[in-house]
Amino acid sequence: MASGPASASAHVRLDGVTRVYSGKGGGVHALGPVDLELRAGEFFAVVGPSGCGKSTLLEMIAGLAPPTEGQVQFEGKAIGGAVPDGVGVVFQENACFPWLTVAENIVFGLKRQSVAGDEVQRRLQYALQLMGLEDFSKAYPAQLSGGMRQRVCIARTLVTQPRLILLDEPFGALDQQTRLLMGDELLRLWRATGATVLLITHALDEAALLADRVAVMSARPGRILEVIETGWDRERDSRIVSDPAFGAVTGRLWSLLRDQSLSALHP
Amino acid sequence: MSRIALYRVLAVAIPAALIEAACRAGWIDRQTLPAPSEMIAGLAAILASGRMNGAILETLKIVLAAFAGSVVIGVAAGAVIHRAPVARRLLEPLLSTWYAVPVYAFYPLFIVMFGLGDRPEMLIGLMLGVVAVIAATLNGLDSVPPVLVKTAQVFRLGPMRTALRVTLPYAAPHLFTGIKLAVAYSFIGVIGAEFIMSQSGLGYEIRYAFDNLDNAVMYPLILLILAVAVAVNATLDAWDRALRARRGATS
Repeated sequence: MASGPASASAHVRLDGVTRVYSGKGGGVHALGPVDLELRAGEFFAVVGPSGCGKSTLLEMIAGLAPPTEGQVQFEGKAIGGAVPDGVGVVFQENACFPWLTVAENIVFGLKRQSVAGDEVQRRLQYALQLMGLEDFSKAYPAQLSGGMRQRVCIARTLVTQPRLILLDEPFGALDQQTRLLMGDELLRLWRATGATVLLITHALDEAALLADRVAVMSARPGRILEVIETGWDRERDSRIVSDPAFGAVTGRLWSLLRDQSLSALHP
Repeated sequence: MSRIALYRVLAVAIPAALIEAACRAGWIDRQTLPAPSEMIAGLAAILASGRMNGAILETLKIVLAAFAGSVVIGVAAGAVIHRAPVARRLLEPLLSTWYAVPVYAFYPLFIVMFGLGDRPEMLIGLMLGVVAVIAATLNGLDSVPPVLVKTAQVFRLGPMRTALRVTLPYAAPHLFTGIKLAVAYSFIGVIGAEFIMSQSGLGYEIRYAFDNLDNAVMYPLILLILAVAVAVNATLDAWDRALRARRGATS
């Protein structure tokens, strides 16, 4: 098995990133300090017990929320108060626009960018086909299942051709079989786009299956306990689950997480 | 015709038929209430003669101005107040008690300020309509899921574009409720003001006919106002239902 991507330049870099939510009685220390580097083009997953600040971490990398201390850099530039160009985010909740058709949802982000009309159509057709939504381009989100709505959101991110794709438990609301198949689609998409992918998840098997590297976070305040290399080929799919190495990776993740999850359960 | 639609027609037709019968039998004095068939015939004659066209157009024009003002000012003010929590906390008690204020009390003041004419009538309609639209806009914007606002940020939309392309479209069904109320309030405000004191318009014509005991004009005009209000509201309702059906029951 080959190891992770060859280019080891830091695409995203976190230095001492900390987040404290202010409130009465001193505030809540939610996260950090976290130091982390994502390599360009890798598939990186973050797992951790519930409430450990995984989503907060993603929001700070996206530029949706500023760190209380520390700095996030994307492509060598510090992220200020806004989402930088070249970053796409897929959220856990249904983020489709209910008043727009599937096709209108998908091209939503292109109106801001000056993309020519025929190029918009080309990207739309490509995304519809990649996400298996060709027959639903004129449907409204209300007519779709949860899994298909999430595919619409992924397609909407995809057409803007982000260089960094952030996924916040995108399959959290889906059943297990759908999750595995969506995982395969995600892997195909990742290979097709060459983007760097950061996946936040609470599902160990999902992280072990999809990622080149998996960061394990502690209970709140979330810190990175360890980063594990899975060592999968770039050409991989959900059939990995029957590979003995998959069990070993999942087992390693669980042994790291078990105590953390317990302390999150009984603080 | 569905059963429920049939019942709705009957709910209007049966009382109308009873009144018709009572009028024809002489149980109801013609000076008090003419038969519904006479009202309809009178309305047809008035519309055919065209002598009320000026008054009808005048009233519709002012109602339209009050309505358009209510919607534009109401949505803009609602969107601004929504973004300013302090202003909202200051204004919310005012907004929620607004309809306890008899707006017509300001009518003499408006006449003093602007003179007898379109503007005081329009202002009364606007004062009644705009608050319904502000309240509906605030409700609608409150209902927008935070994830859609985050999505707008990810697509790097500024506050104006976020409002126009994400939050207001999401809030559209709520806005529609406010818009329907604004139509009703604009009619009520304008026609009421014309009725109280003015020199033209449908309200004025009804008042004039009333003062002259001219039932042949008064009742047909009342019928006309009813018909216009019902028609406008039914049209908006149908449009509203079509939009909601398309969006389904997603939250």
